[in-house]
Amino acid sequence: MAVADQSIAVPTSKPKTRKTPLSFGRLASYLQSIPLCLILGFFLLLPILLLVFVSFWDYDFARMYPGFVFTNYVETLGSWVTWKTYLNTLKFAAIVWALTLFIGFWVAYFLAFHVRSATMQMVLFLVCTVPFLTSNIIRMISWIPVLGRNGLVNSTLVEMGVISQPIEWLLYSDFAVVLAMVHLFTLFMVTPIFNTLMRIDRSLIEAARDAGASAWQIMWNVILPLAKPGMAIGTIFVVTLVMADFSTVQVMSGGQSASVALMMKNQMSLLQYPAAAANAVVLLVLVLLLVGGILRIVDIRKEL
Amino acid sequence: MAQGDLEVVKLTKRYGDALAVDSIDLKVPAGTYCCLLGPSGCGKTSTLRMVAGHEAATDGDIILSSTNVTDLPPARRGTAMMFQSYALFPHLDLIDNVAFSLKMKGIEKAPRQAKALELLKLMQMDGYASRRPAQLSGGQQQRVALARALITDPEVLLLDEPLSALDPFLKIRMRAELKKLQTRLGITFVHVTHSQEEAMALADLIVVMNNGRVEQAAAPREVFERPATAFVARFMGDHNVVTGSARSVADGVVSVEVPGGSSFAASGAPLAVGSPVDVGIRTDHVRVGTTPAEGLGFTGIVSNIEYRGASVKLSVDGAGIEDFTAIVDDKSFFSKPVAVGDAVPLYWDAEDAIILGRPNS
Repeated sequence: MAVADQSIAVPTSKPKTRKTPLSFGRLASYLQSIPLCLILGFFLLLPILLLVFVSFWDYDFARMYPGFVFTNYVETLGSWVTWKTYLNTLKFAAIVWALTLFIGFWVAYFLAFHVRSATMQMVLFLVCTVPFLTSNIIRMISWIPVLGRNGLVNSTLVEMGVISQPIEWLLYSDFAVVLAMVHLFTLFMVTPIFNTLMRIDRSLIEAARDAGASAWQIMWNVILPLAKPGMAIGTIFVVTLVMADFSTVQVMSGGQSASVALMMKNQMSLLQYPAAAANAVVLLVLVLLLVGGILRIVDIRKEL
Repeated sequence: MAQGDLEVVKLTKRYGDALAVDSIDLKVPAGTYCCLLGPSGCGKTSTLRMVAGHEAATDGDIILSSTNVTDLPPARRGTAMMFQSYALFPHLDLIDNVAFSLKMKGIEKAPRQAKALELLKLMQMDGYASRRPAQLSGGQQQRVALARALITDPEVLLLDEPLSALDPFLKIRMRAELKKLQTRLGITFVHVTHSQEEAMALADLIVVMNNGRVEQAAAPREVFERPATAFVARFMGDHNVVTGSARSVADGVVSVEVPGGSSFAASGAPLAVGSPVDVGIRTDHVRVGTTPAEGLGFTGIVSNIEYRGASVKLSVDGAGIEDFTAIVDDKSFFSKPVAVGDAVPLYWDAEDAIILGRPNS
C-alpha cells in the first residue's frame, strides 16, 4: 500500500519542481556570462574554427579554393622538412624548459625562503619584472651587441687574452636562441613557483626538521613535491611560448634555425594560407597534448 | 637525574632588544604532564621551541636525561614536537606522514610502514591510512600528528597549543584523549596553553609564566588554592586581588590597609610594616552577610549581577576596592535577592584571605 502511494506521489511532485519559472536570479547569471562568452567566441573560438575550416581548402600560387581536401595535411605530415622543424622546435622547448625550470626554481626559492622581510621580497620580485618594461624584440636585439663577433663578450675575452679569435657561435646559433629564450621566459617560471613556495606552511619545514630531515631531505621530500603545481603552471607557460615562437628563432639564429611558427610565417608570406592553417592545427593539437600530459602528471587545481 | 627528566637552567631568549624568556629555571620529572600556562607573549611558546630545538637559546642550558641538549639538532634530543596547526604534510598519505622520520633515517619501506601502521592503530586511525590530511577532521588530524610525533619514541613530547584549532566540544574530548595517552605511555608531555581550564584539567605540574618569567610552578591544586603572586591569582581567575599596605604583623596574620581606609586581615608570610601587599580572596568563598570578625569583610555597592545557573556572580565596589567579585550559590542568592545599586555586606573566612607574593624584580 505504501509502495503504491509512493509511486503515485513521485510523478505528481516532479512537475511541481519543474514548473518553477526561469527566475530573474537564474537569468541574471546567464546575462552576466554573456560578455565573456562573446569575447571568447569572437576572438578565440571563431578564429580557431576558421583556421580548421581553411586548413581543408585547396590553393595555388594566386588564390584559395573552398573545398574539403586533405592535401594540406598530407603534405604537411608527409614532408621530411616538417618533421625536422617540429623536432627542432621540441628540442628548443626541452632545453629552454629545463634551464628555466632550474633557474626559475632557485630564484623563487631564494625569494621565498631566504629573503626574510616581505618588503624586500616584493622589491626583489619587482626587480625580476623590470626587463618586461621593454618589448620582447628590443630585449632580443640588445643581445646582438653583447654576443656579436665584435661584441662585448668577444672583445672582452680577446682583450683579456683568454681567446685569440672571437667565438663564432655566440650569436646566430642555437646557443643564442636558447639564451634569448631563457632570458625572455624565465620569469614565467619564477612567478608561479614563487607563488606556490610562498604558500608552503613554514611549520611543515620545522616538522620535517623535527623528524630529523637534513636540508636536502627537506628539499626533496617537502619543498619540491609541494612546488610541483607551480612548476607545472610555469612549464605550460614556457612550453607554449617556445612552441609558438618565431621572432626569437629568426633573429637570434640569423635564419639558420627553423621553428614551426617560422615555417608557418614563411608559408603565409608565400600566400599558402591553407597549408599554414593545416600546420597551425597540427601545432595546436601537439601543444594541447603536451598541456594535457602535464595536467595528468600534476594536479594544479589547488593553485587556481 | 633519572631517564626522561627535563631540566631547564637559566634559559634565556632575546630577540634583538626584546627579552622573550628571562633566565628561567624549571624541573620537570619524568612522566609528568606539564602545562606551560600564560597570556600570549609571556614566553611559553619560545620556551617550548627552545626545548624542541627550533629556536636557539640565547643563554642557559636544557638538560634531558642527564644530557645537555642545548646545542643538539631537534631530532637528536629525544624530544618530538606536535605543532599548533599539526603541520601534516599535505602531499603524503597518513602512513607516509607518520613514517616520515623513519624514512629520513633511511629505514626500508616495509618496516617503516609497519611501524607507522602500528602507531596509527594506537591512535585508532589505521582505517584511514591511505587518506590525505585534507580529508580528515581537526580531531583526526591531531591524532595523526600525535602518531607522527610518537614514532620516534621520544622521552618528551612537546605540544604547542594542541587544542586551539578545535571547536569547544572537540577540545574537551581531545583533552581527555591526550591525558589518557600520556598516562598510557608514561612519558613527559610539555603542553603550551593559554587556557587555565585546560591546564587545570590536564596537568600534574602547571608552570604559570608572565613577561618571560615563571610566576609559579606547582601542582594545579596548589596554583589554584595558593597562587604565589597577584598575577597568578588574577590569571587563574578565582581570586579577588586587593592591594594595600601592611599596617601591622602579628602571629602570621597581616593587617592590610587599602587606600579607601578599610583594613583586612590576611594570613601569610610576615612582611615589613608599610610595605605594599596583595591579598587574594577566593571569589567562591565570599558570602553575603555581616562579618563575624574584624577585617574579614566589607560593605559595598552592587555594580553588576550575572546569573550563571548554579551560581550568581556579584560585582561589588567598596571603599578602595573596585570590582570585587563574589560567586554566591543560587539558593542563598534567591533566598535574599539583591539588586544593582544595593549596598551589601560581604564576608569570608580567615583562611580564604591569603598574602600573595610579589615577583622579586
